[in-house]
Amino acid sequence: MIETITQPWPWYVAGTIIGLIVPTLLILGNRHFGISANLRHMCAACFPSNIPFFKYDWKKESWNLFFIGGILIGGMISTQYLSSPDPVVIHPDLAKDLTQFGITDFSGLVPVQLFSFDQLFTLRGLIMMVGGGFLVGFGTRYAGGCTSGHAIMGLSDLQWPSLVATICFMIGGFLMTNLILPYILAL
Amino acid sequence: MKTKQEETDFEVRSLDTMCINESELVHPWWYNFKYAAVGVIFGIVFIKAEIISWFRIQEMFKLQSFHMYGVIGTAVIVGAISVFLIKKLKVKTIHGEEITFTNKKFNKGQIYGGLIFGLGWAITGACPGPLFAQLGSGSLAIIVVIASALLGTWVYGKFREQLPH
Repeated sequence: MIETITQPWPWYVAGTIIGLIVPTLLILGNRHFGISANLRHMCAACFPSNIPFFKYDWKKESWNLFFIGGILIGGMISTQYLSSPDPVVIHPDLAKDLTQFGITDFSGLVPVQLFSFDQLFTLRGLIMMVGGGFLVGFGTRYAGGCTSGHAIMGLSDLQWPSLVATICFMIGGFLMTNLILPYILAL
Repeated sequence: MKTKQEETDFEVRSLDTMCINESELVHPWWYNFKYAAVGVIFGIVFIKAEIISWFRIQEMFKLQSFHMYGVIGTAVIVGAISVFLIKKLKVKTIHGEEITFTNKKFNKGQIYGGLIFGLGWAITGACPGPLFAQLGSGSLAIIVVIASALLGTWVYGKFREQLPH
């Protein structure tokens, strides 16, 4: 049993559990699945700066902050107690491409050669960590949601604006990975 | 513009995917731990299915792996069936309240913002949820990415009126 759990989980198991989070949150308290809103709540709580967009009662949304707190703890538990001893398998073509850019350490889920405090002092690391994070925060709020709020919750409720948003997420991702990222990685 | 926004507070809030379902019931704050418990399960799935892996996201956008498509596709199907059943059977919350849904309104932000988020997603290899799971998994430097995402959200809020919607 424990061996089954420590192996990487197949997509249909993960997808089913994530899909079930939608009704679980609804039944626990009429809450709609959506994570990026937390970034707004944190801004509203810490730096409202008299901006109308951040002037609302964020405490009413505090359930969501508990939810992401749980995600953080889940990440800790999973890494501490349930991790697989085997290295992460990655596609050979991807490994070949990345090796060209000097990325050779495929041991973790987050490549330490790109995302670490040392890398912050390189142009590449700065663009990827600070620039990438900024685009995620700006883009999700501009779009009114992220992969959870639009792609999963929105599509589950058959909302066509969420389909538009999801298609745009994918277009942006394809453009970045295939056309722009090679130039950033080459820095 | 500002008065218009105040009048249409409900619309603006639904546009921003805030929770617009305001409960009539007042619960003690520690009731929120039930959501933390769901979050823990979500966090474990993120790690165990390698959804937080930067490599998996690159494979998705290079069409080298079906994994992420399978995860998101299954989640949408399971979510859609659940929402359908909740509506059909008029399921109530555990506290006996009605479960409500709000239609999302289209605006150009879903296109512009969606594209911008997509670009960022492929760089960081993480959407907002996985960022917190990455931090929990011990990649402490991700705190910089999260801080920058907060800054991005703040800058959007600051210049929201000037942006096309």
